[in-house]
Amino acid sequence: MKSSLKNMVIVLLAVTFVASLSVTAVYEVTKEPIALSKEKKIRDAIAAVVPEFDNNPSETKIVQNDGKEEIVIYTAKKGDEVTGYAIETYTKKGFGGEISLMVGFRSDGTIYRVETLSHNETPGLGNKIERSKSDFSVQFEGKNPEDFKLSVKKDGGDVDAITASTISSRAFCDAVERAYEVYKTISKNNNHE
Amino acid sequence: MEYLIIVISAIFVNNVVLSQFLGICPFLGVSSKVNTSLGMGAAVTFVMTIASIVTYLLQHFVLGSIEYMQTIVFILVIAALVQMVEIILKKVSPSLYQALGIFLPLITTNCAVLGIAILAVQKEYNLGQTVVFSAATAIGFSLALVLFAGLRERLELENIPGAMKGMPIALLTAGILAMAFMGFSGLV
Amino acid sequence: MNRLRLLTKGIIKENPTFVLLLGMCPTLGTTTSAMNGLGMGVATLFVLTLSNMAISLIKNLIPDKIRIPSFIVVIAAFVTIVQLCMEAYTPGLYNTLGVFIPLIVVNCIILGRAEAFASKNNVLDSALDGLGIGLGFTLSLTVLGAVRELLGNGSIFGMKLPFVEGDGILLFVLAPGAFIALAYLMVIFNKITAKTKQ
Repeated sequence: MKSSLKNMVIVLLAVTFVASLSVTAVYEVTKEPIALSKEKKIRDAIAAVVPEFDNNPSETKIVQNDGKEEIVIYTAKKGDEVTGYAIETYTKKGFGGEISLMVGFRSDGTIYRVETLSHNETPGLGNKIERSKSDFSVQFEGKNPEDFKLSVKKDGGDVDAITASTISSRAFCDAVERAYEVYKTISKNNNHE
Repeated sequence: MEYLIIVISAIFVNNVVLSQFLGICPFLGVSSKVNTSLGMGAAVTFVMTIASIVTYLLQHFVLGSIEYMQTIVFILVIAALVQMVEIILKKVSPSLYQALGIFLPLITTNCAVLGIAILAVQKEYNLGQTVVFSAATAIGFSLALVLFAGLRERLELENIPGAMKGMPIALLTAGILAMAFMGFSGLV
Repeated sequence: MNRLRLLTKGIIKENPTFVLLLGMCPTLGTTTSAMNGLGMGVATLFVLTLSNMAISLIKNLIPDKIRIPSFIVVIAAFVTIVQLCMEAYTPGLYNTLGVFIPLIVVNCIILGRAEAFASKNNVLDSALDGLGIGLGFTLSLTVLGAVRELLGNGSIFGMKLPFVEGDGILLFVLAPGAFIALAYLMVIFNKITAKTKQ
């Protein structure tokens, strides 16, 4: 078709309009499933890292801001008794940048379980921080950071680092430590109540 | 300090081409001569920096509630921008246009430009960081391109087994270059 | 017969990865495992087929001078649709493929097919062409992903191979391995096609 300014503008506008319209339609349809799948991921992670509970921890969401990033705290309760806390924490010291973890504490301060939410660590090396990839994160379970020093043995701590991935291991400890600091403040507040 | 880390990380540690795999087409396509690859590198640096500034402004002041239109808006803006740069360059500096002109149309489909615009948004950089990040990334792209062109000029003179000729040996060379860049990975 | 050829040409004769050398960024960037390669391939296949069909439908309405920008808008719309659907229904894959999903827009294969085929042929042929080239692309990506996963991780489609201890040659999952594995696959491909030609 021959081009003139008029038909060029009209056609391009029409194409863009139809394209945006169809994208918007798909967006409306997928909006809910996307939100659901995001929420499910968080809910599954919480359920994995805290012992028995019968409330909906997503509803107990408390957001703490340390000036740079947000740390989110979820409280798990059975009846009226607090059974544990799931703390969404982060570190920026990972080999591939930021690592986001969900750390679960029992009400007595011991770590129940740690799940990795997202990371950019090297496949086959640093990605062993994932619970499904290696037993690295298992060594934290049942330990109380009070008498289990959260840093790798090379730095004088109690954590066995992943072979050839000291940086990822250090970052992991950093994130767990950050979660523990937050845990201490909230558990103190709760005991005073 | 923070800017220095972004620069070193973008040029060496997370080199766009050799570790992020963005902009592979021009990397393999226009890298047979050092001179042309220098021209391409300069053109990409120019467009990538401007494009990331424009997309940053769009993302923060226009796209607020319709974030899902990001891909469409960004690619259209980049395509229009490349056209505009071409026209302006032709008028303002014919000599620069002669040097960069033939590379400009190729840049629209250089996925590094769109990729960096999206990555800068994902990393939640502010305007200053975005500019530094995209310029450094483009410099990293040029560095990889020029190094690779130098290697390929030498490869031309070598006797290479039939099935390895052309693309396979180029890819193998790129692989070894990528291995060399992995050595930077402890830096940041 | 002719239509069948449209559908199968992408696998060997006009294989986008090994013969046309197009779409190298996703080919190298997303093939850390067979599953990721397959996912990327299928996403591209969808966009390619749909945009080929749409462009073939509207080809007579578009003035020559704005052909490319209009094509880009159509392609970008389909990419966004695929992206939203993946985020909703396959969130795991969506996270692994990351920035490479929006980057399907600038995959030279798609604009190339739109320009070279869909803007000149009818809807059915364009759809078959998109499917054919898309299948070839998916196949190449899956093979490359499988090779890298096998060598680098000792597994295939996430299943550990029996009798294999340890982790495999890590290099193949990392960046250099992408280049090296593709180089050798290309050599093998060249050898085989050279032999059948004789």
